Amino acid sequence: MYKKRPDGRKFDEIREIEAKVGIIRRADGSAMFRIGKTIALAAVYGPRELYPKFLQDPSRGILRCNYNMMSFSGSGERVRPGGSRRSKEISMITENSLNPVLDLSEYPGAVVDVFVEILQSDAGTRCAGICAAALALADAGFPMKDLVSAVSVGRIEDKLVVDLDKEEEDYEVEGEVADIPVAMMPKTGKITLLQMDGICSKEQLLKVLEIAKEACNKIYDVQKKALMEKYQI
Amino acid sequence: MNILQKHIHALLEKDQRLDGRKFDELRKDISIECGISPKSAEGSARVKFGNTEVVAGVKFEVITPYPDQPDKGTIMAGVELLPLSSPDFESGPPSIKAVELARAVVDRGLRESGAIDFKGLCIKKEEKAWAVIIDVYSMNDEGNLADAIGLCALAALKDAKLPKYDEKNDKILYEERTTKGLSLKELPIPITVVKIKDKILVDPTLDEESTADSRLTVTTLEDGRVCALQKGGKEPLTNEDVDKMIEISIKKGKELRKILEKSVKEK
Repeated sequence: MYKKRPDGRKFDEIREIEAKVGIIRRADGSAMFRIGKTIALAAVYGPRELYPKFLQDPSRGILRCNYNMMSFSGSGERVRPGGSRRSKEISMITENSLNPVLDLSEYPGAVVDVFVEILQSDAGTRCAGICAAALALADAGFPMKDLVSAVSVGRIEDKLVVDLDKEEEDYEVEGEVADIPVAMMPKTGKITLLQMDGICSKEQLLKVLEIAKEACNKIYDVQKKALMEKYQI
Repeated sequence: MNILQKHIHALLEKDQRLDGRKFDELRKDISIECGISPKSAEGSARVKFGNTEVVAGVKFEVITPYPDQPDKGTIMAGVELLPLSSPDFESGPPSIKAVELARAVVDRGLRESGAIDFKGLCIKKEEKAWAVIIDVYSMNDEGNLADAIGLCALAALKDAKLPKYDEKNDKILYEERTTKGLSLKELPIPITVVKIKDKILVDPTLDEESTADSRLTVTTLEDGRVCALQKGGKEPLTNEDVDKMIEISIKKGKELRKILEKSVKEK
C-alpha cells in the first residue's frame, strides 16, 4: 500500500512554486517557472518572418516551440545535446497546449518562437515548460484568451497523487505507477494537454482531471501574481 | 556604419563610452552564483556581467583513458549560444562563434594552463578514468559572452563534487555525491578587449562588439603569465596594440580573480 509520499506531502499537495517574468532582456517575453526542484526557463521571440518560406501560413502566424534539456539537467547521465525524439514530442505537445489560447491571425506569414530550456529536472518538466511558456507569451504581450497551467497527476498503487517528483515516478513496484500530465485553460477548465503513461480505470481518470483542475488553479494564481508583479498592477 | 556605431566613434573621441564606463573599466555588476542546478549537475554556476548572463553545469562520466595518456582523465567543454538568449542566435548545430568560444576560451584556457590535475582523475591505469564534461549556455547576450563563459566554467568546476563510483558493477552512482572536488591548480581568467579606431576597451557591450575593428581575449594565470590568446575581428593589430591589450588584461584579470575567489568562498 502506498501510504506516505517520500517528501511528506499530502496526496493533493503540489510542490512549492515560484514564477517570474521578464528574466531575459533580449527576448520579447520571458519567464522562469519552478515547481519543487524542476526549473524551466522560456523565452519568446517574434512575430518574425518564417523561413523556409513554404512553412508560412498566409492566413495567420505560426507558433513554434522548442523544448530542450540542458545537458546537465537530467538526473544521472549527461543529456546529449541536440534534439531527441522525446524533446521533439514535447516541443509539439507544448505547441498544442498553447495554441488554443493564442490568436496569431494578425501576423500572417510570421512565426512566434518559444524556446523552453530545462535548467534542473525532478520530473514534471513538460508541465513546468508549458507554464513558463504561457507566462513568456503573456509577458510578450500577445492577445490571449486565457493563460495555460499544467501539472502532472499520477496513480501510485491505489492512490491518486498530484505533481509527482522523480522518486515517485520511479516507484519500485512495476506497473503500479501511471503518470498523467494535464494542461488547462484555468478560467474555463478546458483541457489542452492530456497524456498518460501507465494504466488507470475510467473512474480514476475522471478523478485525475478533478485533481488536476484544482492544482492548475493554484498554479494559475502564482502565474497571475508573477505577471502582476512585473507590471506592478 | 550605422548611426549607433557613428555615435560610439564620436564618443570615443571624447574619451567616453556609451554606458559611461572608463576604457579600462569592467561592468560594475558582475556576479557569480554557484550551485544553480544542484540536484542534477555535479557542479553548476551562473555568471552575470551586467545584463549578460550565462549558466554552466558539470557532469562526470567514466571513460577508458586515451592510449597516449593511460593515467589521466580528461575534460570536454561545450558552449551553446541558445536561441533563447538572443534574436541573433539560431537553432541547429553549434555556430562557429560557439565553437570558437568552447575551444578558445574554455578548452584551451583550462587545458593548456594545466588548471586541472588530470592524473587525479584516473581511477585505474589504462582502464578507467573520469571525464569532466562542462557545458556552458548563454542566457542573455548583451556583450562579452567570452569572459562570462570562461568565468562561469571555472565557477562550475570549483563547485563540482565527484559522484560515487561502483567499480565492481562499473556504475556511477549519481545520486550519491562524494565530498571530493576537482583540484584546480590554476584559475585561468579570460579578459576580452576590443579595439575601436585607436582606442582599446575592456569588457565590451553588444554595441561595442559590433563596432569593434578587432578583439583579443587574453587568458591569464595568477602570477600574471598568459595561458591562452584568441584574436578576432577583421582588422590587424600592431605590437603596441598587443602590448597594451595584454597589460590591461593582466590588470583586469586580477580584479575578476578576486570576484571569483570571493564568490566561491562564500559558497
